[in-house]
Formats: sequence, structure tokens, C-alpha cells
Amino acid sequence: MDRLDMLEAQSIYILREAYKSFGKLGMLWSIGKDSTVMLWLAKKAFFGHCPFPFIHIDTTYKIPEMIRFRDKIAKEYNLDLIVYTNWDAINNGMGPEKGRLVCCKALKTDALQHVIDKYKFEGLIVGVRRDEEGSRSKERIFSERNKESEWNYTNQPPELWDQFKTDFPKGNHIRVHPILNWTELDIWKYIKRENIPVVDLYFAKNGKRYRSLGCAQCTGQIDSNASTVDEIIEELKHTNINERAGRAQDKEDAYAMQKLRKDGYM
Amino acid sequence: MLKFRETLKIVVVGHVDHGKSTVIGRLLYDTKSLPERAIEKVKRISKETGKPFEYAYLLDAFEEEQKQGITIDTTQIQFHTKKRDYVIIDAPGHVEFLKNMISGAANAEAALLVIDANEGVREQSKRHGYILSLLGIKKVYVLVNKMDLIDYSEEKFLDVKSDMDTFLKSINVFPQKYIPVSAFYGENIALRSKKMPWYKGDTVLDALDVFEKDKEIIDKPLRLPIQDVYKFDNRRIIAGRIESGVLNVGDEIVIYPSKRTSKIKSIEYWQEKDKTTKVEAGMSVGITLFDEFFYKRGEFITRKDDEAPLVGDTFKANIFWMGENRLTINKRYKLKLVTQETECEIAAINRVIDASTLFSNDNAKKVNTNEVAEVVIKTKDKICFDEFRNNHVTGRFVIVDGYDISGGGIINGLEILDVANKFVKGNVELPITCFDEYYYLIPYNEIKKVAVERKSYKIGDKLPINGDTYYYPDNFDVIDLNNELSALIRDGKLVDLINLNDYKYEGYPVYSSDGFLARVKNQDDFINFKNDFKESKYDLVDFANKWYDPIANKRIVYKAV
Repeated sequence: MDRLDMLEAQSIYILREAYKSFGKLGMLWSIGKDSTVMLWLAKKAFFGHCPFPFIHIDTTYKIPEMIRFRDKIAKEYNLDLIVYTNWDAINNGMGPEKGRLVCCKALKTDALQHVIDKYKFEGLIVGVRRDEEGSRSKERIFSERNKESEWNYTNQPPELWDQFKTDFPKGNHIRVHPILNWTELDIWKYIKRENIPVVDLYFAKNGKRYRSLGCAQCTGQIDSNASTVDEIIEELKHTNINERAGRAQDKEDAYAMQKLRKDGYM
Repeated sequence: MLKFRETLKIVVVGHVDHGKSTVIGRLLYDTKSLPERAIEKVKRISKETGKPFEYAYLLDAFEEEQKQGITIDTTQIQFHTKKRDYVIIDAPGHVEFLKNMISGAANAEAALLVIDANEGVREQSKRHGYILSLLGIKKVYVLVNKMDLIDYSEEKFLDVKSDMDTFLKSINVFPQKYIPVSAFYGENIALRSKKMPWYKGDTVLDALDVFEKDKEIIDKPLRLPIQDVYKFDNRRIIAGRIESGVLNVGDEIVIYPSKRTSKIKSIEYWQEKDKTTKVEAGMSVGITLFDEFFYKRGEFITRKDDEAPLVGDTFKANIFWMGENRLTINKRYKLKLVTQETECEIAAINRVIDASTLFSNDNAKKVNTNEVAEVVIKTKDKICFDEFRNNHVTGRFVIVDGYDISGGGIINGLEILDVANKFVKGNVELPITCFDEYYYLIPYNEIKKVAVERKSYKIGDKLPINGDTYYYPDNFDVIDLNNELSALIRDGKLVDLINLNDYKYEGYPVYSSDGFLARVKNQDDFINFKNDFKESKYDLVDFANKWYDPIANKRIVYKAV
């Protein structure tokens, strides 16, 4: 088995553990490459079936191509898709101009909390990876959140030998991270190996492409001529620029992501 | 085609401040594995906080860590050499984060143990060495770091090496190399040090490439613990990960513990390209069988020709305890071993070991946080397992206390528990439970008979005739009708152990070996008592109700566990 085989096998094992452990389970699907790979892994784990709902937290600021891709794939894969928007906040004028961290909190973290409360999710599958940024690198694969979705990252219980946390008080939930140990390069190599459809925005047009996808206002493109999966893999092998360099919310201050994630951000 | 490249997972462990994060930071920096932005970020934070640039900061992304200068959790980062890819797991050295260190180290295949050349071997150096041995990690290098602080002295290096070697040997850890380094200045990390010409061995990077990856897991007997059974369509698919061995379509299999047999009908797949007739250790698979009887999560699928797993409810184990509450006997825990889950109790604590000094306490009743212990575990249901030395994956388990995983353990073998204490004379043994306590356990609302100690009493030994929940007279006889033995207790001491035929009733109270007072007042009673037992062999309830007083000399005491 090579690295991708090992990563795939572990991710499938994790997805199956999550499905076995939680009565109410859902998977967050951001339409980006990582959660789209995760969707593919779920199809593999359950032999072509997707036995839980997929959740898209729509901030209404997403790049339009993403929404078109979402609706196309959802139809093709016959997904049980929950789309949720925090309309109360938007109708009260929430947007990036109010401050990026404030906006992320309202339109993503709070929106997610509403979905958890509404559907009473005990398990939420999230496509974060250790190599994305510092606070994610310290995650557990099964990571507990309290009723307010807060993460107690300074006192996480041990997690060893693929024995995961499946006991927790009612009202709390577990964030399940099946691709935590994958890197950005692994994701693209796997997309190539499996021939997984991803949204076009990742491929360069006129010398620019998106490396990480988010809201239109807060996500910048990078200079790149990589217009195929092969070219992206080649580009990533030689880059020394951070994957999330185009994501504005990370740069608000030195610990922006840690602060967001402590309060329940993905 | 993408080229096949091997990945090796290594963990870096050692005492706090001995330089683990600096070693990793340096390895990443020297192999150009860090994004420019990460280096810039550390430069910026160094500037903001007025501290010098530290390679260690590259890893310590959390605000708190940088304030205290210690790593609080494990993190995984990759780097590459010409030979292969590495995943490096940083593990905190501070004792209060031992559970994070273990969470990281448990996933590693090889380890670098970092020791400060100036400070020498310290508490966590030893404890981490011990944990590596418990986790079964045999590929270990010791890095003697901060050589710059001891003027790159060979003599001092050899002193530290000799100290650590003595300790590690005593716990069956045999490091393959000792490497003198200065991580801060990059000496002997990626480049050979000009400051230590006396050192002829490999640099850390070269040495890492020398480790050979374990391959033998595929050659071991098949172990496919059932994870789940799916019936999404007309197929009834058994899902699970193959933990060892190989499996082919057509193989005859046995499912443990039930020992039912069947044959592999198919290996299932979603994408046509994943179609196969053979799968091996490490793969998450789905299979169907020719016989569709009831099978459930936790059961082991093995091949008929392969060696069978052990099946039992009592086993010996070494555990390390990371829980906030102490581990005690007679409390209920949850045990998880691959996909099996059952209630368990610690039946006996044989030895508690301070992993940093190897000081061992044979009379401990509890295991504290961060201690290691040899215990006997009794599970509610029978489970399948292997001894750890035969199969790492099916020979290890975790213990859940309340909501949290609180301990990890490795199985040393099945245990036939001594059910009770014993009176012993030569090779004659009389098992007794008359010194067990009767506790009403508040959390469970039930009465439990608890053996506080497991001991053999020889002739002349003083006996514990007064316990929490019982009080015997100074003189009495214990009669074991089943084994036809009698024990004579005088002045609180065991004075003789004889065959029942040689016993003469002398007027002393007679107790059963469980400590129940027999309604025997004279010689005639005693003869009737003996004869009744012979005749009522198959109706012991009537016999016991007629002859024994279950509450004489006893009381029940409440206990919180």
C-alpha cells in the first residue's frame, strides 16, 4: 500500500466508525476540493450510498460557480442536501465590511450552530486537514464540542490506536475529521488517481486560479498557469506559499483562526 | 503514473526543554519543507514579542504555547528525503501533557528520543523511553542535543549515552544509534558537524533513512474485526479493516468467538477499478459470505488455516493511566479493543510502576495519573484478542472512564484468576473467600463480594479475622466439604490444615470456606451436616439454607467504589 492507499483506508475506517457511533450524523460540504474528496470517500466507504445528509452553510457570498457545481453534483449523486443560510444576520446587514471575523462568526459559525440545534446532530463530519494551519494541526480525529460548539483545545482527551471519543454528554457533539492527516498535495494526487470532479475555479484562467475556496469577497486568486490536475500537482511540489494565503480571515491577526475555531468554526 | 513512495511515521519525544521542537523545526527547515509564510510568521511573532528567532516556534502555533514555551499537543508535519516521505509527530515533553505525547507516539513507527547533553537523563526522558517500550516501538535513536553547551565534548556525550543505555536496557529498549547534535546550530542534523570530528556515525537525516519499515503484519494470521454490517441494497456487506494477514475470495473462514464457519463469496467495491479478489492488512474492505447467519460488530473473521485468536474474559495487561480520576479495582469501565466494546473491571493490581524511576509498588490499590501498572482485567463479555507480542493491533486496548479514554494497555496473556485466597500446607491448598468483604456499592445499587487481597496463608500465619464487614472469633474451624479439607484457626492464626477424615469436632465454631457459620453445636450435628452434604449434592440451595447462617459475624457496609 502506498501513502494514498493508507490515507484512503484510514478515512474510510473513520467514516464507518462515525456512521456506527452516531444516531444523528451529517457531513459538511463546502463545495471545495477537500470536502468533495470526502464525499467521494463516503461513496467508497458505503459502496455507492451516502447514508447521511450533506450540509452546505451558504453565506450568500459564495462564488456563483460553486453553487452551480453544488447543485449539479447533488443531483448526480442523489444527495440528501441541507442548505442553510443565516438570513436573520444577512437581513440585519451582516457582510464582510462589518469585519471579517465578525462576518465569519455570524454567517458560518452561528449558521452552523443553528443547523446543529435544528437537526440535533451528534456527529458532524468536517473536511479539515492538519497542514492547513496551526490550530487544525492540533485536532483530534473525533473532537468534542460543547452545547455552544466551543472547543476545549487545551485539555483534549487522548486518542490512540484509532480508538475514538464516542462517549459525551447529551447536547454536545463530535466533529469527525476523516481527512485530518491528508495534505493539500495528497488531495490533488487522489483527485487525479480517482478522477474526481472538482469545481473549475481551481484551474488557472488568464494566469490566475483559486487555491482555496471561500466567500467571493474574502478569497483571493493566486498567480498560476496550472490549468490541469497534473499541473496543479507539479505547482504544489515546488511552492512554498501557504495554501490559505488567499484567505483574508486568516490574516486579521496572528491567532485569528485559533480564535474562530475555539468558538466552533470549521 | 505517480511514483510509489514509502512513508515512515516518526515521533520525537523527550524531557521538556530538551529541544524536541527545535530538532523538528531544524529538520523541516533544512529539508526546505516549510512554506515561506510559516517562517515569516515566526519572524513576525519573534519581532512582536521581542524574542530571538526559534526554530521551535515553527511548530507551536498556539498562542498559549508561545507564552509558556512548551508544546501542548501533537502535531503532524511532513518532510521528504530522497529515499522516502516522513510524517513527523511532535509530542509534548511536559508531564501534564503525557496524554498528548501518548496520542502522538501511539501512531508512530519509529522514535527519536531527545536528551539535553547538559542536563542529562531526566524524569521524562525515562518515562518516554518506558512508554515507547509499552507501545512496542522498537526503532529508536537517541539524539544527545545541545552539544554546543558542553563544548562538543566526546567524553560528556559518552557519559549521557552510558546513563541512558543502562536505563533503556532495563526496560527492553535498545536504541539503534546515539547521535550527538546541536539542533539550534544544525550540527549533525542534515549536515555532518565539523565541530565533532570524533563522531563517525550518520547525521539524523541519513540515520532516518536507515530505518526499515515493518512488513510482517501481512504475514500474520488474518484478523478482520467486523466494524459494521450494511444492507443498503440487496447485498449484505460485512465492513471492516483487515488488521493483519490476507484474505482471498473463496477462503474458508471462522468467525470468533462463535466459531461459526463460512466461505468468502465476494470482495465488494464501488468503483470498477477497485474490483479485486485479494485484500491485505491495512485495507478497509467490504465482503460478503456464502452463509448469511447473524454476525455482529466486534467479532473476528479469521482464516480456517490461520492460528485462532485467544477468547476469554480475564487477561493480564500492562496499562498506562492518563485519567483524571485514579484507576481502582471493582469500578466499572468500558474497554475498547479494535471494534469490540464491553464493560470491564480491574480484578487485580499486581504492580504499580513509576515509569521514571522504575520503582515498583506491589501493594498499591490504585493507579494514579501517569503511572504504569501490571493488572488483571475482567470483562463482562468474552472478547477475542491476541497477545501483544504476537499481534500489536489485536493485543492492545483502551479504557474509557466516564466520557473519556483514560488508559491504554497491552495484553500479556490470558489469566486464570485465583478465585480466592488460600490456606496452604505443603502441597495441600484450601481456597477461601471467608476474608472477602461485602460492600453495598452506591453507584450501582448492589451488594458485591470483594476480595481486597489475594494471599496464601501458611501454617503459623496471622489471619485477618476482623475486616470491614466481618468479624470472626479467635478460635474456629473452616470446613470445606467439597474438597474434604479442614483448617484449624487458634488465637487468630492458622495452626493446621488437615484432611476432613482426620478432623475431630472439638466444640469450636465451624465456618464454610466462604465464611458462613454452620449450625453445628455438637458432634452429632457435625455428622449430620457432613452426611446431608453427601446426599444433597444436587440441591445445595436446600443444604445451605438448612445448615448455614448467612449473616452471622457479618455486616454490609456502603461504599462509593
